[in-house]
Amino acid sequence: MAFERILMKHVDVPNSTSLSVYKSDGGYEGAAKALQMKAEQVVELVKEANVRGRGGAGFPAGLKWSFLPAERDVTYLCVNADESEPPTFCNRVLMETDPHMLLEGILIAGYATRTTVAYIYMRGEFIEQFHIMQKAIDEAYEAGYLGKNILGSGYDLDCYIHRGAGAYICGEETGLIESLEGKRGWPRIKPPFPAVEGAFRKPTVVNNVETLACLPHIITRGVEWWQSLGPEGSFGPKMYCVSGPVNKPGCYEGPMGISVRDLIYADEFGGGMRDGKKVKAVLPGGFSMGVLRGDLFPKAPDGTVDPAQDYDELDARLDFDDVRRYGLLGLGTAAAVVVAEDTDIRDVLANVARFFAMESCGQCTQCREGSSWMYKMAQRIRGGAGRIADLDVLVEVTQNMGMMPGESICGLSDGAAWPIRTIVQKFRKEFEQHISAQAPDAAAEWIRRVNPAAYGLPIAQGRAEVMPGGTFYRPDSEPDTVEA
Amino acid sequence: MAWRTIDRTKVSPEEMGPGLSAAVREKIQAFFPRYPTKQAALIPALHIIQDALGYISLQAMEDVAELLELHPSQVMDVVSFYSMFWTHPRGKKTIMLCRSLSCELMGGKNVRDALVEKLGIKEHETTDDGEWSFMTEECLAACEHAPCMLINEKLHKCVRVEDLNRILSDPDNDKLEMPRSDLFDAPRTAQT
Repeated sequence: MAFERILMKHVDVPNSTSLSVYKSDGGYEGAAKALQMKAEQVVELVKEANVRGRGGAGFPAGLKWSFLPAERDVTYLCVNADESEPPTFCNRVLMETDPHMLLEGILIAGYATRTTVAYIYMRGEFIEQFHIMQKAIDEAYEAGYLGKNILGSGYDLDCYIHRGAGAYICGEETGLIESLEGKRGWPRIKPPFPAVEGAFRKPTVVNNVETLACLPHIITRGVEWWQSLGPEGSFGPKMYCVSGPVNKPGCYEGPMGISVRDLIYADEFGGGMRDGKKVKAVLPGGFSMGVLRGDLFPKAPDGTVDPAQDYDELDARLDFDDVRRYGLLGLGTAAAVVVAEDTDIRDVLANVARFFAMESCGQCTQCREGSSWMYKMAQRIRGGAGRIADLDVLVEVTQNMGMMPGESICGLSDGAAWPIRTIVQKFRKEFEQHISAQAPDAAAEWIRRVNPAAYGLPIAQGRAEVMPGGTFYRPDSEPDTVEA
Repeated sequence: MAWRTIDRTKVSPEEMGPGLSAAVREKIQAFFPRYPTKQAALIPALHIIQDALGYISLQAMEDVAELLELHPSQVMDVVSFYSMFWTHPRGKKTIMLCRSLSCELMGGKNVRDALVEKLGIKEHETTDDGEWSFMTEECLAACEHAPCMLINEKLHKCVRVEDLNRILSDPDNDKLEMPRSDLFDAPRTAQT
């Protein structure tokens, strides 16, 4: 399969972050062309191409722009570079190797939405990437691609980088806006949507890094080229990330709609599993989107295989629509983490549950309490003291949190519930085997260890002893042990 | 932190910690033209303070609140939300080890145990000589190089247990091998 790399075309080019290299093969031509057009024409073009946002939700970018009120004095553009969804790193690769492609996209999007100030919200852990982006911004100012009267069109745009400080929730668009305003990153209730009332109470557009990086190519190559890539409804090139025990973990570019099996086994992508192990599970779209089994998943409760409804889950195609057939929430970030057959699924469950318990912002009750409740249950199951009923309770908790049952402000709790529900549902047999292999008094022993008060045992004076300051995190490898 | 309460009516100057120097104030003020409100400069300001002091002291919170025309509680609200801000002094070098799934699958747990053993501290603690602090972090977005860890500014990729001695003894293990732009200071203001 010969695929021309578009977004990652400079990955192997030396000194690719400099303006001269970027301009040497058509850089900033898209922006020059866009600035010749009317702003409405650019919006129409992006709408016609049906560019769906790469950040996770897959919302069409052009449609998002057209929600801006016609009469507005100030518009802000926020670039969502707060890439915190494990195990996603394609935005990092893009910013490291081609910062000017992002800046050109910002320029086009800014022009189309009549933005005067663009903020790149970059997560605080990206330090090297910050320097690269800042250097690129300085170069762009010098060359006249940012600042006043860009390329003689009379259009002004300022671009600043705003560093976050380590909060997953700031990747949610209203959380990002709150954080940009200097507050906690607590998502806002919508409506009003950011396009009407966003950052600093002004109309705001929030776009992902990869979405913006696609724009220059749509302008230069046209809508037909864009729609020739990928299946209907999910056009364009996509950056896939694959990590875990595969031979070639990394970020790869391909058309929309490659299968998970290709992503893991094809030579141009993951290159097969390390040591020839089998795949046990894949989380193909970041954590939030759910899990796929590495083998056939018999849906009948007694485990009999019915070819009509059971299919190999690795055949799922990574585009915006096909993954839903396999019980996933959506494409997400198309970042797959592969779990090999020798990994205990209980560890995976505990890791995923911990992530959401730690990163829930704490605003909505069911997300704050539900995610930590699920984490406690996952810890208990991993600690060898699970109960069969825990699995049912886990599923029940996941069904009662999120925007879909109408309980939360943002989608984080959907993203927290979905992977845990799919892990429990798809690997239930394995959990049950582990639980039935436990010692009969394991659950009682666990309670003795984690909650000595239940047995009238002395409690360590002040639990702050085991939870030193900073955050509420404590090592989870073992429960608090108390000298009885 | 939820278990520690502070009676601010009787806080000694030692507990309030150091305040903001004139240079730090100047750097923070240079961020004002970027945003339509002063409050928006709060997170950049806290980064500047943490770079200068190593942590966000109570006095610094009061000072920055005054500078940005906020209530001190609004500043503490933000400081306590973001995991990168430390409210107590930390070591010269802070190790942030990734504990997300990719890193854990590739042996991140072993690296953590080895680090805890080598440094002799638990997570969120600082060694007695004030050299190292250690914490774990969710996903550093370098999963293809799992397991990875960040020492102050430098990301160490594909860390194995046998590499740890070499990494920890290297005096430049926290410095970026690239030209720095003026990261936290001298921001570009709107050109006229």
